[in-house]
Amino acid sequence: MVQYSLWLSAVLFALGVLGVVIRRNAIILFMCVELMLNAANLAFVAFSRVVGIDGQVFVFFVMTVAAAEAAVGLAIVISLFRHSESVDTRNFNLLRW
Amino acid sequence: MVIDYSTQLHYVLALLPETVLSVWAMLVLLLDVFQKGERSEASSPGIAWITLLGVLLAAAANLWLLTLREASPAGVIAIDSFRVFSNFLFLLAAALFVLISTRYLEQEHLRLGEIYVLVLLATVGMMIFAGSRDLMVIFLGLELMSVPVYVLTGVNRRSARSAEGALKYFLLGAFSSAFFLFGIAMIYGGTRSTNLTLIAAAIGVDGLGANALVKIGMALLAVGFGFKVAAVPFHMWTPDAYEGAPAPITGFMAAGVKAAAFAAFLRVFLTAFPGLWETWGAMVFWLAILTMVGANLIALVEPNVKRMLAYSSISHAGYLLVALAAASAVGAASFLFYLVVYTLMTMGAFAVLLAVAGPGEEWLDVESYAGLGWRNPMLGVVMTVFLLSLAGFPFTGGFIGKVFILRAAVEKGFVVLAVVLVLASLVSYWYYLRVAWYMWFREATADSPTVPAVPLGLRIALVAAAAAVVLLGVFPGAFLSLAERSAASLMQAPSSVIGLLH
Repeated sequence: MVQYSLWLSAVLFALGVLGVVIRRNAIILFMCVELMLNAANLAFVAFSRVVGIDGQVFVFFVMTVAAAEAAVGLAIVISLFRHSESVDTRNFNLLRW
Repeated sequence: MVIDYSTQLHYVLALLPETVLSVWAMLVLLLDVFQKGERSEASSPGIAWITLLGVLLAAAANLWLLTLREASPAGVIAIDSFRVFSNFLFLLAAALFVLISTRYLEQEHLRLGEIYVLVLLATVGMMIFAGSRDLMVIFLGLELMSVPVYVLTGVNRRSARSAEGALKYFLLGAFSSAFFLFGIAMIYGGTRSTNLTLIAAAIGVDGLGANALVKIGMALLAVGFGFKVAAVPFHMWTPDAYEGAPAPITGFMAAGVKAAAFAAFLRVFLTAFPGLWETWGAMVFWLAILTMVGANLIALVEPNVKRMLAYSSISHAGYLLVALAAASAVGAASFLFYLVVYTLMTMGAFAVLLAVAGPGEEWLDVESYAGLGWRNPMLGVVMTVFLLSLAGFPFTGGFIGKVFILRAAVEKGFVVLAVVLVLASLVSYWYYLRVAWYMWFREATADSPTVPAVPLGLRIALVAAAAAVVLLGVFPGAFLSLAERSAASLMQAPSSVIGLLH
């Protein structure tokens, strides 16, 4: 049972990484990062069935951190949108990438 | 006093510098808000001195930590001289930031109060990041450090470059945090713990070294740290974020944030995985070679001084990785010594850069430095000291630091690393000395910027940093023994932790 959850978590994490690598929309990139964080959450919960309750507590920490990151990240996307009218990372070339 | 975490008070005492700094950050925030009622556009410069006072109070609390003793080497909050040493380093970076930034922030019409609050909070994050022994708390420290710094990068909302740098930094920063977190999850599953000391005990006693989860977790943690310390090939965000961010904040990122990531890197890998050194040592070995070679070659052809300093900070990450790969007491001591010198000279170089760059950071090209030494001797002399130290010239702290790192690498048998380090330093002479050559041997042209008078805070910071760099280069002995003692507190005998298991 735990193994299946872990495989699912690994697949979700890999999908998140893939998304960050191939997509170019800043919002989608950010969603892919969130997918990676949630894959880690799933792994924590799965392990906590074997190891103990700690893993489930960690998930709350991670959720809080993810919320803080979302607030800051979306604010940054908005401030950039005001300058370039775009959220496509291919258009952000004032600085050499 | 012995801290065993039996009561809540022990947590407060163990975290006293962090507590002081957090409370002070709230105080500065409130002060700024109340000032805003009277003067809408700018905060008064007095808030800079108030922030500085908070940093000094935290430093005093940090010194007081030395009177505490730990009941167990597995406590969640480490109370050892390594933590005290690294805390002083982060507070130094914060203090230098406050001193160099005041005039710049006013000139760019940025609100001082909110920036200082974010810097104080980021400093608290650094202290927790490098001072904790639990991977989950380390993760929280990492985020508490990173999130304010993402904001600081994009704090100049009138500048499209600032926003673009912030987005690139944020996306890759969050990406690397996710790797870090997934690594923690794997290690938690593999060793049934997130405590560094207990992980080491589990690996040493239960023979979990071959466990796939532990190895994957360790590799993911290394990738996460690789992004944070900007090691090649995880460095692609660095030049853009450093170029886009306002200059004093770039200095703070290059010095403080990187120092914190390195200190935590050292603590995690030396405390939790000493038994797996064969695996991660090889990984760090290749990271170090790639970083030293890659960053120095790109910096050679970089005409923009701000971007050149960004590549320079990547190349210094390579030198520090050499000391980390050695994973010995000598390596850790040379690592700490170099980290201090690196912080001083990097903050110093960025401070000169922001004085020359002028409003809107117009003058970043190497041409802007033509004749600077004769037009403003004070800036010229201190910049020359920083550049020579960055290059590793004798009689500067940078040189002594590199010699100690070389010694640690050779003792551990990493002759290849030592050779690459020397060659990379020789290459770096070209791009550092080019700036110095422009300052002293090129006539200023009509296009050269007029450098305004250097304000008091900036002057104090520059002279103090330059003097410290020279002092560390001429009389390194006392400071090195301090670094050795701090490093020794990390290198515990494995036998002392075995009793903690089961």
